[in-house]
Amino acid sequence: MISANLLAIFYLISGVLFILALRGLSSPETSRQGNLFGIIGMAIAIGVTIISVGSFSTGFIYLLILLLVGGSIGAFIAFKIPMTAMPELVAGFHSLVGLAAVFVAISAFLNPEVFKLGSPGNIKIASLIEMSLGASIGAITFTGSVIAFLKLRGLMSGSPITFFGQHYLNLILGLIVVGLIFYLCKTQVNNWFWILIIISFLLGVLLIIPIGGADMPVVISMLNSYSGWAAAGIGFTLENTALIITGALVGSSGAILSYIMCKGMNRSFFNVILGGWGATDQTSSKKSGEQKPVKSGNADDAAFLMKNASSVIIVPGYGMAVAQAQHALREMVDALKKNGVKVTYAIHPVAGRMPGHMNVLLAEANVPYDEVFELEEINNDFANCDVAYVIGANDVTNPVAKTDPQSPIYGMPVLDVEKSKSVLFVKRSLSPGYAGIDNDLFYRDNTLMLFADAKKMTEDIIKSL
Amino acid sequence: MEIDPFIFRLSIFILSIFIGYYVVWSVTPSLHTPLMSVTNAISSVIIVGAIIAALAGESENIFDSANIFGFLAIILAAVNIFGGFLVTQRMLAMYKKKRKDKK
Repeated sequence: MISANLLAIFYLISGVLFILALRGLSSPETSRQGNLFGIIGMAIAIGVTIISVGSFSTGFIYLLILLLVGGSIGAFIAFKIPMTAMPELVAGFHSLVGLAAVFVAISAFLNPEVFKLGSPGNIKIASLIEMSLGASIGAITFTGSVIAFLKLRGLMSGSPITFFGQHYLNLILGLIVVGLIFYLCKTQVNNWFWILIIISFLLGVLLIIPIGGADMPVVISMLNSYSGWAAAGIGFTLENTALIITGALVGSSGAILSYIMCKGMNRSFFNVILGGWGATDQTSSKKSGEQKPVKSGNADDAAFLMKNASSVIIVPGYGMAVAQAQHALREMVDALKKNGVKVTYAIHPVAGRMPGHMNVLLAEANVPYDEVFELEEINNDFANCDVAYVIGANDVTNPVAKTDPQSPIYGMPVLDVEKSKSVLFVKRSLSPGYAGIDNDLFYRDNTLMLFADAKKMTEDIIKSL
Repeated sequence: MEIDPFIFRLSIFILSIFIGYYVVWSVTPSLHTPLMSVTNAISSVIIVGAIIAALAGESENIFDSANIFGFLAIILAAVNIFGGFLVTQRMLAMYKKKRKDKK
């Protein structure tokens, strides 16, 4: 056994280690050490909890077996998962945290004596509120993340699913959740707790289905945030400092990421959450139906242009991830560098399906991170660059966002690709991007369209270099 | 009058939100994906609740319904802890500076 005070101090230490783990991510050099701090913090938390329970009988053996089983599954996934599948992996992991929060809340509800919260049917009101909130947010996180996972994995259509009165239904369900928590506290009847969890599961599904594929960065960050708040709720119930600190950290982290992603699209958080881009504004996309002249080229043209350039900026987008073109891209850049061309990468905050998605893929392909720049850092360089190579990105390069107040993406920060001397745009067709609007860039005089699969085209260019 | 311990926990909670706010803003955007996976891993510290739920109060029958939920939560959290930290490690190992020696 271990004294309650000592236990609390150990939990505080793991809380501090978790803070250091996040702090380490301020630069790639310190990040690996940060991750180590996180692992140590987790080991301390688990270790002292086991000691505090102090029973080393059959239950303990089950515990070790389960840790080992869960751990091997987790390790297996971590080593096998391709980097392009990171968004769905993170969504999947969020769902597990959510479900774990629900389970812990349920067991605290069924067996409150263990956690010193009172007895069944007579649980402390504060604890009851905390555990209901934890369970409810956990349940929303679980089903919401499952839907996000299915959409990202392509097992479910990425297009928004909307129906009449959807938002009112969600609002009503949300109010029911609040009402149920209130009622539960008053009556302490078990059934209300189960109904609360079921309705929260339903709410999680309904909240995420109207959100489309390219809005996933916001959704994943939001669910990240939710999983933190759920953990914090449970932390209050269990009176556990490590959980409270962690929950607050994760909650605010997810919230900040959602904010950054929303800003990257110049949309309000509610606009994203209420789903369906352009559902209100279809007018500007309709009128551009007529055929406009487009210059298209082949790999040899592209190779010629880039070989004779002195600087090239690469603009990757989700299409690069889909085509798995990051390795080919790096080879192309190596070949260009041998010819004395200066090459950098420009990343839009919402490129890809999760925050930082493109950076991870480029890192995987051995692109040094000091050649990769964010929008604000590099946007002025387009004016002095000879060739911009746009691979798999679309809406984030559309100059319409700066010029046409009618456009649904007006005001969204975009990469000033059109300012470079020439633009190579790798794309399979002229179809519009996620926002459903035509990209003005396709028809500019200095744009050369390369109609092909991103990976195939990049490989062809390597050959002609 | 004595202060309710709840207030202390609430203070920790609120201050941690502020710490989280400043720490996360200092995270470089290129590491946002590892940030998500590591926050995911640390939020699995919820496993401490699961361990207590599963082990404590095991008087006669350890497969009491309350304990079962604890054990289930242990598995889920364990997948997350190992998966989350290891995949973060794997990602972070890929972030390299410009090589000076090669080519």
